[in-house]
Amino acid sequence: MNQYFLLIACLQLWSLITPVNPASTWGPLIFIFAVSATKEAWDDYNRYLSDKQANEKEVWVVKEGIRKHIQAQDIRVGSIVWLRENDEVPCDLVLIGTSEPQGICYVETAALDGETDLKTRVIPSACIGLAPEQLHKIKGVIECPNPDKDIRRFDANMRLFPPFIDNDLCPLTINNTLLQSCYLRNTEWACGVAVYTGNETKLGMSRGVPEPKLTAVDAMIDKLTGAIFLFQIVVVIVLGFSGNIWKDTEARKQWYVKYPDEGPWYELLIIPLRFELLCSIMIPISIKVSLDLVKSLYAKFIDWDEEMYDNDTNTPSHAANTAISEDLGQVEYILTDKTGTLTENRMIFRRCCISGIVYGNESGDALKDVELLNAVAKNVPDVLRFLTVMTICNTVIPIRSNSGAISYKAQSQDEDALVNAAARLHMVLISKNGNTIGVNFNGSVIQYEILDVLEFTSDRKRMSVVVRDCQNEKILLLSKGADEAIFPCAYPGQQIRTFVDAVEQYAQLGLRTLCLGWRELKDDEYEEWSHMFKEASTALFDREWKLAEVCQRLEHDLEILGVTAIEDRLQDGVPETIETLRKAGINFWMLTGDKQNTAIQIALLCNFISSEPKGQLLFINGKSEDEVVRSLERVLLTMRITSSEPKDLAFVVDGWALEVILKQYREAFTELAILSRTAICCRVTPSQKAQLVELLKSCDYRTLAIGDGGNDVRMIQQADIGVGISGREGLQAARAADYSIGKFRFLKRLILVHGRYSYNRTAFLSQYSFYKSLVICFIQILFSLFSGVSGSSLFNSVSLMAYNVFYTSIPVLTSVLDKDLTEKTVMQHPQILFYCQAGRLLNPSTFAGWFGRSLYHALVVFLISIHAYAGEKCEMEELSMVALSGCIWLQAFVVTLEMNSFTILQHLAIWGNFVAFYVINCIVSTIPSAGMYTIMFRLCKQPSYWITMVLIAAVGMGPVLAIKYFRYTYRSSAINILQQAERSRGIIFSMGTLESQLKSVEKDVASLSITQPKNRNPVYEPLLLSDSPTPTRRSIGSSTFDFFQPAQSRLSTSYSRNCKNN
Amino acid sequence: MNSKGASTSGGDGTRDSSAPRRNSKKPKYSKFTQQELPACKPILTPAWIITSFALVGLVFVPIGLASLSASEQVVEIVDRYDIDCIPEQFQKNQLAYIQNSETNKTCTRNLIVPKKMNSPVYVYYQLDNFYQNHRRYVKSRSDKQLRSTAYEQVTDSCKPEDKANGSAIVPCGLIAWSLFNDTYKFSLDSKVLEVNKKNIAWKSDQDHKFGSDVYPKNFQSGELIGGAKLNASIPLSEQEDLIVWMRTAALPTFRKLYGKIEVDLELNDKITVVIQNNYNTYGFGGKKKLVLSTTTWIGGKNDFLGVAYLTVGGMCLFLAICFVLLYVFKPRTLGDPSYLSWNRNAAGHPS
Repeated sequence: MNQYFLLIACLQLWSLITPVNPASTWGPLIFIFAVSATKEAWDDYNRYLSDKQANEKEVWVVKEGIRKHIQAQDIRVGSIVWLRENDEVPCDLVLIGTSEPQGICYVETAALDGETDLKTRVIPSACIGLAPEQLHKIKGVIECPNPDKDIRRFDANMRLFPPFIDNDLCPLTINNTLLQSCYLRNTEWACGVAVYTGNETKLGMSRGVPEPKLTAVDAMIDKLTGAIFLFQIVVVIVLGFSGNIWKDTEARKQWYVKYPDEGPWYELLIIPLRFELLCSIMIPISIKVSLDLVKSLYAKFIDWDEEMYDNDTNTPSHAANTAISEDLGQVEYILTDKTGTLTENRMIFRRCCISGIVYGNESGDALKDVELLNAVAKNVPDVLRFLTVMTICNTVIPIRSNSGAISYKAQSQDEDALVNAAARLHMVLISKNGNTIGVNFNGSVIQYEILDVLEFTSDRKRMSVVVRDCQNEKILLLSKGADEAIFPCAYPGQQIRTFVDAVEQYAQLGLRTLCLGWRELKDDEYEEWSHMFKEASTALFDREWKLAEVCQRLEHDLEILGVTAIEDRLQDGVPETIETLRKAGINFWMLTGDKQNTAIQIALLCNFISSEPKGQLLFINGKSEDEVVRSLERVLLTMRITSSEPKDLAFVVDGWALEVILKQYREAFTELAILSRTAICCRVTPSQKAQLVELLKSCDYRTLAIGDGGNDVRMIQQADIGVGISGREGLQAARAADYSIGKFRFLKRLILVHGRYSYNRTAFLSQYSFYKSLVICFIQILFSLFSGVSGSSLFNSVSLMAYNVFYTSIPVLTSVLDKDLTEKTVMQHPQILFYCQAGRLLNPSTFAGWFGRSLYHALVVFLISIHAYAGEKCEMEELSMVALSGCIWLQAFVVTLEMNSFTILQHLAIWGNFVAFYVINCIVSTIPSAGMYTIMFRLCKQPSYWITMVLIAAVGMGPVLAIKYFRYTYRSSAINILQQAERSRGIIFSMGTLESQLKSVEKDVASLSITQPKNRNPVYEPLLLSDSPTPTRRSIGSSTFDFFQPAQSRLSTSYSRNCKNN
Repeated sequence: MNSKGASTSGGDGTRDSSAPRRNSKKPKYSKFTQQELPACKPILTPAWIITSFALVGLVFVPIGLASLSASEQVVEIVDRYDIDCIPEQFQKNQLAYIQNSETNKTCTRNLIVPKKMNSPVYVYYQLDNFYQNHRRYVKSRSDKQLRSTAYEQVTDSCKPEDKANGSAIVPCGLIAWSLFNDTYKFSLDSKVLEVNKKNIAWKSDQDHKFGSDVYPKNFQSGELIGGAKLNASIPLSEQEDLIVWMRTAALPTFRKLYGKIEVDLELNDKITVVIQNNYNTYGFGGKKKLVLSTTTWIGGKNDFLGVAYLTVGGMCLFLAICFVLLYVFKPRTLGDPSYLSWNRNAAGHPS
C-alpha cells in the first residue's frame, strides 16, 4: 500500500499530468510517514538509551591478573567477571567461584523465565576450594556448544590447566552457569568466565523476532483494497480511453484549448495517467493511520480495563500485540492448556494411599485424617518411608528467614505441596546445604547426603535421588513420578493392585497423582552405576538421552510406597466462562500433558464436556498403529452420523495416538477436527500442541491458544492469537503471548467485550474510510464527464487533502467509543458474537453496500450542486466549495447514523468537525493569495447555498435512513433486536421481572456448578426462560443456531461450513 | 453471570481502596479508560422515524414553494443569436465568416419584455458547449503575473500562450487569450439604453487578484488572435470583462455578467440590441445567447431548488404515511427476544 502511495506521489511531480498540487498527496504521505517514523524513532531512541545503559554499565573484570572496572560492552568471551550481591549478570558466565564455602550461589531468574523462586547455582567440582586470589590467575579451557536459546541446557565441559589441581574433564551443566539478566542474590560475590556475550547469550538468542500476525480483518481490508485498486484501474482505462477519443474528436475543434496537432510520443498516456492520479484518492491514505491509531487504543483499553485486573496477583491485563484485537472477536477455536490455565495451579495435598491403606477419603483432606496422624505418631515404617520420599525426593530449597520460619522455594508446585504436607505431618525439611539435607522428624534431626539427582524430564516422567542416610550409611534410591512411569519399575511380585485402583480413583476425582517408590542400593551397585552416570553427564552430545538411559538402569525393582493425590482447584469462574464462550459459538479444545482421566474429570467439572446422556466421549486410542487408525475411523463415523443430533460429542486422544495420526492420517483427523466442537488431547508435548494449532489454522479457523507455562509457548506463538496467563509457572507464556491476563475468566471479557467491540469498530472505520474516499473520487469522475474528460479536478488541492486527512478522519475516529450493545447484554447473549465470527460486518457484501452508498451520495452531491449552481453561478471555486460542503454535511450525518452510542466525545468530534470545517474555510477565505479567497463568505451569505446543503443532506440521507429503519424494524438482525430490547427494557420487562428471574437462574446455576457439577444442565438461557412460551431446555451447544434469516444477509463461507458440519 | 463478575470485582475494588496496596498495578479508574462514558443511545423507533420524516416533509414543502415562487418572479429574456447573426450567404460556411476579419459582424436583434423588469436588469452572455473547465484551459493562467508587475515573467503555467515574439504576454494564458469579444448595444425605442459595465466583477478580485499596476502588454500580438483585445493603458484591475471571464466556469454551459441596465423595463418594451458578433463558437458547435434577467433572494431563474424541495418534501410525507400504515397493519414489538434466532430455534424449530 505504501508503495502505491509513493508511486502516486512520484507521478504527481510530473506537472503535465497532475490534476492538483502535488502537496495533496505528498502532504498526507509525509505526514503518515512522519507519524510512524517518529514512533519508531522514539522506540529506537529508547532502545538506544537502554542499550547504552546496559553496554556502559561498569563491571569488574580480571585482566592480566588484576581486577579492573570496565564497561559491560568490553567483556570478551573468556573474561573473568566478578559480581557482587544484587548485581545483574551482564552475560552468560560459567561460575568458577563464590563467596560461599560450599561453592554455591543464589540467583533470581525472573527476568529470564519468570520464575520468582531463587535458584542455586554451584561451581564446577574442579573449581571447588580455589581461593579468591587464585581465581585471578586461573587458566583453562571450556568447551561449550554453539549458542542456542535453551535456557535449561548447557552441555559443556571444562579442563583447568596446571598448576590448578587436576586436568580431568569436568562436566558443566546449566547449574554451573549464571545467565544474562539474572540477579545474584543472598551471595556476597561470585565470579565466572564469560562464555556467551552480546546477542549470543541464551537470552539474546531467545529474543527472536516473532512473525507479525495479520488479522482476518486486515486480510479482508487488503482484499477490498485490491478490489478497489482493480476498479480504479478499470475506471482509469475507460476514462483514459474516452478522454483520448474526446480529445481527438472534440477537443481539436475547441480552438481555445489550442491542442497541438502533433504531440510527444507519450501523449496517449497523459490522460490515463491524469485519471490515475485523480482516482488515486480512491484508496484512502488515512486508513492506515486511522487503523493504527484505533488499534493501539483498543490495546490500551485492554490494559486499562479494571475488570480484567487480577487482585490476587496484582496483574493487570496487557496487550503486547496491539494490532490484532479484531481477531479476538472472530475466534472460532480456543485451545487451552489445563494446568494453571483452567486450574489455579495451587497444589494442595489431599489424599494418599500408603501400602494399601487410603487416607483422606472421608474428610477429603489426608492431613486431617486421624488415622494417618496416628500412623505417623506410631512411627509405622511404611508411612515414615513414604514421608521421607515426600520430603527428600525433590529439588525444593528451604529458606530460613530471620525469624526462624522456614519457607520453601520450589520450581514445581507439586513438590512444594508434598514438602509442605510432609512438614504438616512432622517431617520437616529444614536445610539443604550443598549435598547435605537436614530433616527434622518429631524433633530429631536426620541428615542425608545427596549423592545424585536423576532429574525430571517430560520424557521420563519421573525423578529420583540417590541419598546416603548419614545414620546407617545406607544408600537409598528415592523415586517419584507418574504412575505409568513408576509402576513398571516395581519389583516383580509386588502387589500394586491397590495402588492402581487408588490412582484410578483419584484421577476420577480430578486429582493429580504421583507414585512414590524406593529401593535400597548396595554399595558396589551404586559405585558401578555412579561411574556410568558421571560419564553420561559429561557427554557433549545427546546428553539428555544418554542420561535417561543410565537412569533407567538404576530405577528398577522399586518398592512402591504409595500414591499421593494433589488437588489443583479450578480457577474462579472457569465453568461459566467456558459455557458462555461455547454459547458464543467458540469451540474448545483442551490440550494437556496430564493423564486422560484427570483431564476428562477437569473437563467435566468446567463444562467442557457434558456428562451422559447429553454428551458423549469418543476415545481414540489403541496399542498399535492399526488400532489407533481403526478407532479413529470409528470415531469419525460416529461423528458423521450424530452430527445432526443435538448432542455434545467430544473426542479424546492421547499423545501417542496423536503422533501416529498426525504423521499418517492427517486428512481423516482434519475432518474430525472440523466435525468436532470439543476435543481433549492428553499427554501431548509442546510441539504436538503447536501442531494441533497449525492443523486448525490450516482449515482456515481463527484459533486462540491460551496457556500459562513454558510448554505452551510454542502453541501460543503458533496460534492466531496467543493468550498467556501470567501465573505461577512463570511469565514465559505471558511473554510470548499477544495478550496476557491474570485469570482464565478474563478471557470471556477479552473476547466478548474487547474483541467484539474492536471488530465492530474496525469494520465500520475501515469501510467508512473507503466510502468517504470513494465519494470524493466519484464526484471527481462525474465532474470529468462535464469537463471534456480531460482530467481536471473539481476540488483544489488543499480541500482534497484536508478532506481526506482531517474532515473525514477525525469524527470517525471516535468510533473507538462506539458500543452497539452494552457489555452486559453481550455477556447475556454471547451468541451475538457470531456476527463477528462469521465476519458479518465486514465482507464483500457489506462493502458493496458502502460502495453503493458512496456512488449514490456522489451522484446526489454532484447533481444537486450543478443544478442549483447552474448558469451565472457556476463559478469553479464556488461550485467546488458547494460540492465539498455537501460531502461534509453528508459525512456528518452518515457517521451519526452509523454510530450506536454517543458520548460527549462523539458529539464533539462530529459536530465540532462540522463547525471546524466552516471556521477553517472561512479563515482560508480571508487569505487573498489563496485560491478560494472570499468564496466561503460569499456562499454563507447566499440563502440558496444553505437551501442546497439541506437538500443534499435530505436527499442523501432520506433513503438511507428509510432503508435502515425498515431493516431495523422489519428485518432486524439479532444485534438490532438486542439493541431494542436493551433500550426499551423499562417498557417491555416492566417491574424488573427479567432481572429477578435472571438472578435466580444465575444463583441456581452457580450453586449447581459448585455442588453437583455432574447434574447440571450444560446450557441455560435466561432470556429464553423468561420470554418464550414453551421453554424447552435443549442444548444449543452443538445444534446449529439458525442465523439464517432468508432476506437478511449472506454468510461467510467459514460459517456455512461450520453449520453444515454441525 | 456478568453481574456476579461485576460485583466481585467491585468488592475487590473497595477493599483495595480501603487498604491501598503498595505498587498496585491496578489501572487507574476513569470513565474513559473503562469505556463507561455516559452515552445516549438513540434507536430507530417508529415514532422517531415517522416524526422526523413528517417534519422534514412539512418543512420542505413550504421552502420549496417559496423557492419556486421566487424563481417564478424572476423575469428572464434569453435570445440565441449565434445562428441568426450570420448572413444567408455564410450559413454554409460559418467558420469562414467568423474568421474573416473583413466581414461585417454587426447584427441587430429585437427583444420584447414579457413582464415588467425591475432594475437592476442583469445582462449576461451565455455560452454552451464551451469547456472553460478543460484541464488544458483552466490551468493556463498565471495568478502571480496578474497580481503584480514583479512577476511579469512568470508565465510557465501559461503554455501554450506564454510568450509572443519572444517576450512575455500580459495577461498570459489561454483563458485571457480567448476573452469573449462580442459586444452589445441596447436601445429602447431608439433611445440608447445605458449598460453599466462597472462593478460587474468581484470586488475582491479587483482588489487582490488583479494588480492595479499591471498593464496589458504584448497581448493578442501573436499570429493567431483568440478573442478580445485589451486597452493597454488600463490596468488589469479595471479590466472588468477580463476579470469576469477569468473566473472560470465549472460547467460547459455558463453565463457571465456583461453589464447592468439600471432602469426598469416595462411590459412589452421593445429592446433593440446591436450585437458585434465576433466570438467564434462556430468551430465547436457552441451556442451564444444573450440573457437579460432580474434577480430575487434566491438568485436568477432556477426552478431546480423549488422543484427538488417539493419532490423531496412530498416523498418524505409519503414515506411517513407508509411507515405509519406499516406500523398500524404490521406492528412488531421492538426488542422482543423471541425474535432472536437462537431463541426461536431452541423453542422447537428444527434447524
